[in-house]
Amino acid sequence: MARIAYQKLEDRGARFWGVLALNGAIVLAGLGAAYVMEHRGHIVTGMNNQIVWGMPHVFAVFLIVAASGALNVASLSTVFGKVEYKPYARLSGLLAIALLVGGLSVLVLDLGRPDRLIVAMTTYNFKSIFAWNIFLYVGFLAVAAAYLFALMDRRASRAAAVGKAIGWLAFAWRLVLTTGTGSIFGWLVAREAYDAAVMAPLFIAASLLYGLAVTVLALEIAGMQSRQRLVGDAIVGRFRGLLAIFALAVLYFTAVHHLTNLYASEHRGIERFLLLEGGAYTAAFWVGQVLIGGVLPLAILAAPARGRSRAAVAAASILVLIGGLAQMYVVIVGGQAYPLMLFPGMEVQSAFHDGEVARYRPSLPELLLGLSGLSIAALLTGIGLKLLPFLPEAVGGRGADAARPAA
Amino acid sequence: MSCGSKCGSGCGDGATCGSGGARGDAADTARRAFLRGVAAAVTTLAVGVTLYSFGTEPAAARAPVVPGAKVSAKTRWGLLIDAAKCGDGCTACVAACRKENGWGDAGRPATDAQWIRKLTVRNPRNGAAFALPMMCQHCADPPCVDVCPTGASFKRADGIVLVDKHTCIGCRYCMMACPYKARSFIHEPLEDQKPHAPRGKGTVESCTLCVHRVDEGRIPACVEACSDAAGGAMLFGDLNDPSSEIAKRVAAYRTTRIRADLGCDPGVYYRNI
Repeated sequence: MARIAYQKLEDRGARFWGVLALNGAIVLAGLGAAYVMEHRGHIVTGMNNQIVWGMPHVFAVFLIVAASGALNVASLSTVFGKVEYKPYARLSGLLAIALLVGGLSVLVLDLGRPDRLIVAMTTYNFKSIFAWNIFLYVGFLAVAAAYLFALMDRRASRAAAVGKAIGWLAFAWRLVLTTGTGSIFGWLVAREAYDAAVMAPLFIAASLLYGLAVTVLALEIAGMQSRQRLVGDAIVGRFRGLLAIFALAVLYFTAVHHLTNLYASEHRGIERFLLLEGGAYTAAFWVGQVLIGGVLPLAILAAPARGRSRAAVAAASILVLIGGLAQMYVVIVGGQAYPLMLFPGMEVQSAFHDGEVARYRPSLPELLLGLSGLSIAALLTGIGLKLLPFLPEAVGGRGADAARPAA
Repeated sequence: MSCGSKCGSGCGDGATCGSGGARGDAADTARRAFLRGVAAAVTTLAVGVTLYSFGTEPAAARAPVVPGAKVSAKTRWGLLIDAAKCGDGCTACVAACRKENGWGDAGRPATDAQWIRKLTVRNPRNGAAFALPMMCQHCADPPCVDVCPTGASFKRADGIVLVDKHTCIGCRYCMMACPYKARSFIHEPLEDQKPHAPRGKGTVESCTLCVHRVDEGRIPACVEACSDAAGGAMLFGDLNDPSSEIAKRVAAYRTTRIRADLGCDPGVYYRNI
């Protein structure tokens, strides 16, 4: 196989530092928001005793799901032996770590008692999928770091068997991790919007989609920053095909979930709410998740000539990520907004908003905290690219294109 | 957090609940033997610490409780609520709980804590309606306990479901899991909490079945208020004791448990709903 050459992000221009500074500022704003939330309490957010998980969780779960999927390219290269993806495996590992750290930071900073993180790390209830996820997330960071070491260390990278073994471990780990993340919702028996085994494969499909979209965009942005072309046409074509398959998979599992609920008369209330009468949630579902996150990207990718262009694949990736955030919003917030069914078939009223659709208006602090998760991921990626050779050399050099003849 | 010192002392009760609340029956015998052995020393120490913690408060108001002495899996504390006797506009139980446990009303219903609330349930087809109090149902298989990552949400051996305020990290997963919307998150800083009901910003809380009173041999404040000022719709007792009034009535009358279909085995029974 042709030897692949890698490079650091050598751009020293104002644009690179400007992007880094912008993300740094957003991270600082997010930390400030977390401080206000910790100091004054969650009263400064839009969350309440009805919507207990809000925008921070939308961003955090989105990032965690995307982190798992960001390893797609590395898995394709190591586990499935598709060597044409190998030049991008390092970046894929870096993105996985950066996205997960971003998501976990938001999740932790939103806790009512973030100062008790040590309790969460030392006191476990192993019946809780949440507790298992703590292990899965931390373990994922370790496995991804080991994977990067195996890929990048001069001596370790010669031991192909070790790299392959860690690659398999990372592949299995991320499937389990996303199953765990989906099961946070899938195992909630009390709420009609959840309590469904399909949440796990739905989240796995979503992770494959978001993760690949992030990788595509990261390569495009890194190419713009370094003023190089990092992705060859053949790989763009493959990304296009994979994005389309993953987008279809998300739509498929979403359809299965809702159709199953619609068939059972007991769940028609929640379906009517989410699909027809839920206002912002209904719009987020149809316009955000289905149209922007599914139908439009598929239409762009399916266009016979233009769908193969880098711009088309990048545009589809942007739409996919917007749709992904909308999907998380519908699942997490929309699922809570529908009232609990204490007495099925009866009307319930109380001073505690029983029987009412919960109201939720995200506040600035929680939006800043959520956005800071994205910026933490961007910042870590930018710094990583600057410090270590994660990127393949430009097409035409010994980077991206060089691997193709060997494929 | 303002709860800090108060939790330490207030959780004299809470810690008793935790330590006494054996989570496995198998360990009970050995633990009881062990506890008997150290009971005298612990009692002396507990009384000393309690007196020290409460300073000027009269010692008599703090009946010393031997850790573990009153908590046994042989007991299953529960409630029987007769909706036919529950007045539609009556909120005596809510007021009594609020006073007893100190959860206030900041005038923000979306974020204010609500350990117990009155529900009005109406059949939309014919307008038939009834009212009932709703609180933590103290399930035998509580979803809130299952999902809590740190084990802060726990069930005592006698069936009372509680939150350990020292290990609650405020993730709110228990609130997502509770089928009864029985839990509240503290959204704002608190002051002047009751020592027997430790509460703190950033943690989750719910009805404790007045565990501090139960451990002193008293009945929950809501039940007392309902019997004093209202219709006597609420009955508290040991569901596992066939000779108890509650067990007799549950055996004699047709009762309902809310969302029994979920299989959580709630400890709160309702009649006439």
